[in-house]
Amino acid sequence: MKIDFQHIQSAHCESGVTSSLLRQNSVNKITEPLAFGIGAGLFFVYVPFIKINNGPAIAFRTFPGVIFKRTCEALGIKVIRKKFRSKEQAESFLMKCLEEGIPVGCQVGVYYLSYFPREYRFHFNAHNLIVYGKEDDNFLISDPVMENATTLTTYELERVRFAKGALAPRGQIYYPQSQDIITDDQIKKAIVSGIKKNVYTMLSIPGSFAGVKGIKYTGEKIKNWLDKLGPQKAGLYLAQLVRMQEEIGTGGGGFRYIYAAFLQEAHAYLKKDELLEISKTFTQAGDLWRTSAVQAAGIFKGRLGSQEDFNLMGDYLIEISVIEKEAFLALKKIKWH
Amino acid sequence: MKKENVPQDLSSLGKITKEICYATDKSGKYVTELSRGWEIKINALDVAWEDIEARKARAKQQVLNNEVSPLLYFMEYRLMDIGILSDYTGFWKWQIKRHLKPEVFKKLSDKDLKKYAEAFNVKIEDIKTMSVHED
Repeated sequence: MKIDFQHIQSAHCESGVTSSLLRQNSVNKITEPLAFGIGAGLFFVYVPFIKINNGPAIAFRTFPGVIFKRTCEALGIKVIRKKFRSKEQAESFLMKCLEEGIPVGCQVGVYYLSYFPREYRFHFNAHNLIVYGKEDDNFLISDPVMENATTLTTYELERVRFAKGALAPRGQIYYPQSQDIITDDQIKKAIVSGIKKNVYTMLSIPGSFAGVKGIKYTGEKIKNWLDKLGPQKAGLYLAQLVRMQEEIGTGGGGFRYIYAAFLQEAHAYLKKDELLEISKTFTQAGDLWRTSAVQAAGIFKGRLGSQEDFNLMGDYLIEISVIEKEAFLALKKIKWH
Repeated sequence: MKKENVPQDLSSLGKITKEICYATDKSGKYVTELSRGWEIKINALDVAWEDIEARKARAKQQVLNNEVSPLLYFMEYRLMDIGILSDYTGFWKWQIKRHLKPEVFKKLSDKDLKKYAEAFNVKIEDIKTMSVHED
């Protein structure tokens, strides 16, 4: 059984799945950057009292599941989302969808994902992929970060759908309920709503760990890492920061480039010239994130390591925080009517 | 980032799939470009794995010294903390902490060991002999 479905590669798993699942509704109009921007995907958070893989808990994107939810909501599309207690129920529901010809998104854990190289397999449970058929014992899988479509055996798929630990997927499955066609007017409104939401999460979210304030906060913390953690652990922490920022799924520059691409596409719909200028500011932020990653690598590779080097690293983040603040303030000022 | 500056340093992922990066073309318009990897990211991942290898080696020595049960070695091998292992096996965290003691571990039934073996995706024999077969 195979649903007529075209695999398209994207940078990030969730915005990629969102874009692919909405392809029919939107007649290919909801591209990955649009899904990311309408879903208000850009974020920054550093939670100092939580550890992930023995390192700092840092994210450059919003919480898992939110991009799909917000994008569909903003476009007025109802979402079906189900979690399961039993593996049998999870599989029979999946089979039912496939028999009805519906490709579905699944949240999965990466650790036992057999087609990923071993070096990339950590206990990360918020990966997303699309199942679009089954042939013999193999489910047909469209994993957005992969160049080509792939397969998982029944056992392998069950194992990753029921991965355990933080954000355990519990067999979670989701898809847009209707196949109504999305109009350009709906897309325009959704873009404005996505930008407004992202302005809020980056500028006004309470607390000092998140948004542009969180970037500045992290920059200040980094300056103390050498003293507080010692050179080896400080290096590990910086390596984790770089991985969250640049690893597969980010599109480069901690998602800042995808967001810059979104603003250009937003301009094509809304014709506000400010959007093009602000897009350039996000490119500049992305470039500076990458410059900071080079500095971080100098430290964790042992080429650099003095307090001065940590100060410069911290200063990069403080500078980025100023740039992104300015960019979101400019977005906030746009008059949409 | 400009399209021509998208790095192409072959990573372990790059051997299996190229990844999409967003970058600007000559006119400043965003396009996607495939990348085989970036040295900076490769280094960051290497650092993470060197740390895991060091943890594994330390755990192995502790097991050989009879300070801790082989479970710790397999936890490091599978990058699991007690919370994740508890979720996979259904044991409470305090039970796992007990099972980490060599003398308690020796008395575990095959039924209990089987739960650990499934969580680690290894055979019961492998846990007892601390042998891993890379997959």
